Amino acid sequence: MSIWVDRETRLLVQGITGREGSFHARQMIEYGTNVVAGVTPGKGGQQFDGGVPVFHTVAEAVAQTGANCSVIYVPPAMAAGAVQEASDAGIDLVVCITEGVPVLDMTTVMPYLRERGTRLIGPNCPGLITPGAAKVGIIPGSIVTPGPIGLVSRSGTLTYEVVHHLSHAGLGQSTCVGIGGDPIVGTNFIDVLAAFNDDPATEAIVMIGEIGGTAEQEAAAFIKEHVRKPVAGFIAGQTAPKGRRMGHAGAIISGSSGTAEEKFQAFEAAGIGIMRRPVEVVDILKGKLK
Amino acid sequence: MNLHEYQARDLLKAAGVPMFDGDVAATPTEAEAIARRLGGTVVVKAQVHVGGRGKAGGVKLARNPAEAAECASQILGMTIKGLVVNKVLVVPAADIATESYVGLILDRATQLPVFMVSDAGGVDIEEVAARTPEKITRLPVDPRYGLLPHQALQLALALYREWDHVKAATRILQQLYRTFMANGASLAEINPLVTTPDGRVLALDAKIVVDDNELDRRPDLAVLRDESGEEPSEVQARRANLTFIKLDGNVGCVVNGAGLAMATMDLVKYYGGEPANFLDIGGSSNPDKVVNALKIITADPAVKVILFNIFGGITRTDDVANGIVEATRQFKVDVPIVIRLTGTNETEAFRILEGVGMAAMNDMDAAVSKAVALAKEAA
Repeated sequence: MSIWVDRETRLLVQGITGREGSFHARQMIEYGTNVVAGVTPGKGGQQFDGGVPVFHTVAEAVAQTGANCSVIYVPPAMAAGAVQEASDAGIDLVVCITEGVPVLDMTTVMPYLRERGTRLIGPNCPGLITPGAAKVGIIPGSIVTPGPIGLVSRSGTLTYEVVHHLSHAGLGQSTCVGIGGDPIVGTNFIDVLAAFNDDPATEAIVMIGEIGGTAEQEAAAFIKEHVRKPVAGFIAGQTAPKGRRMGHAGAIISGSSGTAEEKFQAFEAAGIGIMRRPVEVVDILKGKLK
Repeated sequence: MNLHEYQARDLLKAAGVPMFDGDVAATPTEAEAIARRLGGTVVVKAQVHVGGRGKAGGVKLARNPAEAAECASQILGMTIKGLVVNKVLVVPAADIATESYVGLILDRATQLPVFMVSDAGGVDIEEVAARTPEKITRLPVDPRYGLLPHQALQLALALYREWDHVKAATRILQQLYRTFMANGASLAEINPLVTTPDGRVLALDAKIVVDDNELDRRPDLAVLRDESGEEPSEVQARRANLTFIKLDGNVGCVVNGAGLAMATMDLVKYYGGEPANFLDIGGSSNPDKVVNALKIITADPAVKVILFNIFGGITRTDDVANGIVEATRQFKVDVPIVIRLTGTNETEAFRILEGVGMAAMNDMDAAVSKAVALAKEAA
């Protein structure tokens, strides 16, 4: 078991003929993900790598292949439109990997998705992976192992670091979800935490946040109220200066709000096991798992 | 990207927001000419991307054109919090009856542009928000419909009771909203919005932050970037497509990914060191990026050790290893380099580094503590 993606996932790749899209489509296929279609306007009718049909539009791809999930690797200026196209075609889960999407675009995309009941993960995210079943995005398949830990993160490579420690310690993962580092993202910590809480295969949860905003504080309050599984938490950016955007558009301490310390305090108050270093995830979870 | 006050004024003026006349000057002579044209007492304001300009002596009152030239010569070229002032704004010193705050931010929680207005203006709005949140009126705007007339009216009524003021503020709020949307802003504020004794409502100071993600599709906004007002190493890094922020420590960090870069800095601190920078070489693993990163970091004389922390996913660690080798061939690196590599193609990466007599490690904690120890030895 897992959340959101598994062997039933029929994946569509938007931007499959592009440089990023084609590289990652191959990686996802190699991992065993059921990639059923690709979309690149103007390249409909082609076959990707001799096996995956390419369509002009998402609607055509869905009609022909029954795709139920889409992953997007298109340039930033086209990303919002690609998300809306997938939603309009009835795709339930849309994962937008693209980095650099103008934030104002997201203010009109989000209400559009809510009206159609589409879940968006990202933008500017590494996607998600259910070890041994489906890789949707760019999280390296080589570092994950199947198991009982659910992981949710705002980061990419930092997630890999934590997963690496988990896998080495024999703590496999149910699903790893990267929600993305932008100020406005489709899926927040609470959405993922709620799904992990309801997933019988997930026995413990790791949450990796960073400076900026209040998503971690809200997640901590949700955990305190609703989550009955052990949670370990990390916040990146304890040494970040105020007022500077630390790579991710959302990773910025504005005024005195959004600091790592404030978030760690919220974690502590919610009974979350505090990781001061990524490696500490192992000891915290080993102590809490039966 | 932060705009200067004069640039923000230009955008708001173009949208019709009423404000005192004024202009920007790069020399005392220009400042004098503007003061002469304006007549009367003027304010000369440093155009620099830091808060607290006034306290630092970057805002001065001048009673006549000669004094304006004198003030400008004092302010131009001065350094405020590490940044050199290259331009001053010259505006009339106005009689003010009241000061308010109007701002529009891109809000994470509601995922919408949200207006914040307060009749407690002219001060730090974050302080007002923290201490007396009841003094701020907030209103989210659905960008599909824009700022509706009754919403603008409601906000204006939170500021003023006199109908002429209310009408004027309603227009200004609409103009501020249009400026925000048309320029891909993440923040646009007028602080203070003032009333004058003769009943006018005017913008006295303005701040606009443009979302960096807009700049690729908006060359007209990208040209507003003032690189002279930035740390030179950060400008050099941006041109090399690196995300770099200079800090005060002595452990230079080269990392792939923003989250891991922050976590690496945190770990440096955890082991008793101080990071010299934040640097994300990004997802692709072009060896040139590594060469550029090393150039920028080694240019900082404070750096005593360079720490690589690379988790290979899309980034191929052998490409990074090749970049390190290439850089050390191109120029001499005088400080020790501690390299942590793991993930994609790591066996090959280790072999490349060993081939030139460099060692690499697998573990992040081991590498960071070693780098901190070396920095302490050298300090």
